[in-house]
Amino acid sequence: MPRIIKHDRIVEDDWQVLTLAAGETPATVILPADPVLLPLPVWLARRAEISGRYPAFGVWIDSHEGPEALTDDIDRLRIIAVNFPKFTDGRGYSIARLLRERYHYQGEIRAIGDVLQDQLFYMQRCGIDAYALRADKDIDKALAGLAVFSETYQAAADQREPLFRRRHALEST
Amino acid sequence: MYRYDSIDQQIINERVAQYRDQIGRHLAGELSVDELRPLRLQNGLYIQRHGPMLRIAIPYGMLSATQLRKLAEISRRYDRAVGHFTTRQNMQLNWPQFEETPDILAELASVQMHAVQTSGNCVRNITTDHFAGVAPDEWTDPRPYCELLRQWSTFHPEFAFLPRKFKIAVNAAAEDRTVIRAHDIGLDLVGNEQGEIGFRVFVGGGLGRTPILGKLIREFLPRRHLLSYLDAILRLYNRYGRRDNMYKARIKILVQALGIDEFGRQVEAEWSQLRDGPTTVPDAEFARLAGHFAPPPRATLPAEDAAHAARLRNDPAFANWVKRCVHAHKTPGYTAVTLSLKALGVAPGDISDVQMIAVAELAERFSFGELRVSHEQNVVLADVRQSDLHEVWLIARRHRLATANIGLLTDMICCPGGDLCALANARSVPIAAAIHEKFDDLDYLHDIGDISLNISGCMNSCGHHHVANIGILGVDKNNEEWYQITIGGQQGNAATIGKVIGPSFYAQEVPQVIEALIGVYLEHRTPSERFIDTLQRIGIEPFKARAYAGRDRRRTAKVDNREEEAINA
Repeated sequence: MPRIIKHDRIVEDDWQVLTLAAGETPATVILPADPVLLPLPVWLARRAEISGRYPAFGVWIDSHEGPEALTDDIDRLRIIAVNFPKFTDGRGYSIARLLRERYHYQGEIRAIGDVLQDQLFYMQRCGIDAYALRADKDIDKALAGLAVFSETYQAAADQREPLFRRRHALEST
Repeated sequence: MYRYDSIDQQIINERVAQYRDQIGRHLAGELSVDELRPLRLQNGLYIQRHGPMLRIAIPYGMLSATQLRKLAEISRRYDRAVGHFTTRQNMQLNWPQFEETPDILAELASVQMHAVQTSGNCVRNITTDHFAGVAPDEWTDPRPYCELLRQWSTFHPEFAFLPRKFKIAVNAAAEDRTVIRAHDIGLDLVGNEQGEIGFRVFVGGGLGRTPILGKLIREFLPRRHLLSYLDAILRLYNRYGRRDNMYKARIKILVQALGIDEFGRQVEAEWSQLRDGPTTVPDAEFARLAGHFAPPPRATLPAEDAAHAARLRNDPAFANWVKRCVHAHKTPGYTAVTLSLKALGVAPGDISDVQMIAVAELAERFSFGELRVSHEQNVVLADVRQSDLHEVWLIARRHRLATANIGLLTDMICCPGGDLCALANARSVPIAAAIHEKFDDLDYLHDIGDISLNISGCMNSCGHHHVANIGILGVDKNNEEWYQITIGGQQGNAATIGKVIGPSFYAQEVPQVIEALIGVYLEHRTPSERFIDTLQRIGIEPFKARAYAGRDRRRTAKVDNREEEAINA
């Protein structure tokens, strides 16, 4: 079974990611067996059908999309995946922060796509807590990417207080 | 200046370890060339024409003598005993070994330095006035705000992979010496009627291929909101800036596409969700940061030193230097001194290891052990007693650091150009050298007076040619080097983008063309006019006519825009 990083550990995971092939549309694509991550447009087009059919489903958001469309029913989603089409496409960091900090999504946020060791630390800071590492990379080694820095300057999803609000207490310990 | 505490130091040490591991994984074949590229760029490492180039961060241009000594040592041990100061107040080493770059970063960390985010599509080194804290026309010190921004931007988790690079500058003086409107965000420190400190915020400026001056987005932003407001701007840019075409990826293009009013409306909407949150900066933090920039223990001195006045009368060479290289200071009896890195025969902004040591010694003896790098690629000693100027001059002169040309035609801003840079279309340093040779006579230079001449070797515009009175841009025409000339640009409060005078010139023609342009000025000027004043009064045509007189130009060079490695100082 494929493995992913979840909450700082490597776990087996059988969630499939549905992508639309050429010619398929959100309204007509055949829904596969669960557990499955559906493209955002599929979920938006067929909410009732999907909710009735699956015990376990999630949605994946592409980097050019936004979490705004999800606000009504966000807690019905077991997983929200954020796609990184290329690791240099940084839009997913903003999407993840908005999910956690503005829409208060409590479920799993999973990075999918071009997910590499050297981006994991930033992803974690933005509220992502599961990482489907690119298949050709060594997932055991990549775990180290979550623990690069012991302290950070900014407020983010993992640490709501910026360093300037904590520095004094840290220095006196 | 700002001193790291144990937390700052640990973060930088961990960065070195991370980078060392990345280079190790790359050498072991676990990290491809493409995967390493953005990582090394965010540690300042380019792969250039002859090999790597390492750009070391000098936050807002501030250096201690100890740090400069370390840079001298690094340049000797790991490079060819020379460094190059850039228009972002950074230092570039042009000949390091790829495998040794982790060691260089470790050396830098030992003196609280790094190369973090000196390149890449992230927030770059914050720049400010090289006379910060001493300028008479400054109303508050901008450096605490720069340091706040340094910390905020360092490894910002949301903004490490922006559509393109992002540059911020801060000004707090009546006369803007930082070109804030040529930045993605320009911050002008101001007070409001209630006596609150805040910022006039400009957004969407930038040079490069499409030079645009930043537009005012907010008349007054109270300082406590600075970070949340910048988060809002950056978030919009990160989400909606263009990623399909790197030439249209800067925030200026997004601001233009939406219009400043609509962009401002969207920023306000995003900011309304962020403001007054934990990122609001308390006064205690401003006070803590300001404490790091407290004035040094200056003596109480008379405004005018009698011996200094006598030396000015008796030594014309010294007087010339004082006229151009010594600047007013807000404390009586003190001055700021620019050490010119624009000597004849030296690439503008270059400084040798021996000169670095000499400058460090000068700083220690005469200026409280600190110095600054200017975006004009010179070095500034900010706290020199008037009574010490003569001795400083004698020492500086021995090290060829006392060319009396600051603000004159040979004080050129110039990128490394095609001799070193992989992106350049043309060489820039030999053009600077040829112009310098033609205008080497100091009396002539002083007679021409205040003027700016900047040179960029390609459209990336590292040499800021767009905002020079005379700008020279290297272009590629059928694999030949040509030079396009703009005039009428300027920095300062009246920042202006220069206009192209016409078809480009051969390298050999450039010094003659500059001479022709200067000739028009000298013939038309009134006694009080600078070059830019005369140009504005009589218009571009007489200059154009003289520049092309007797030259046959049938077509304009095609401007090539190589930008593969997303360079810019």
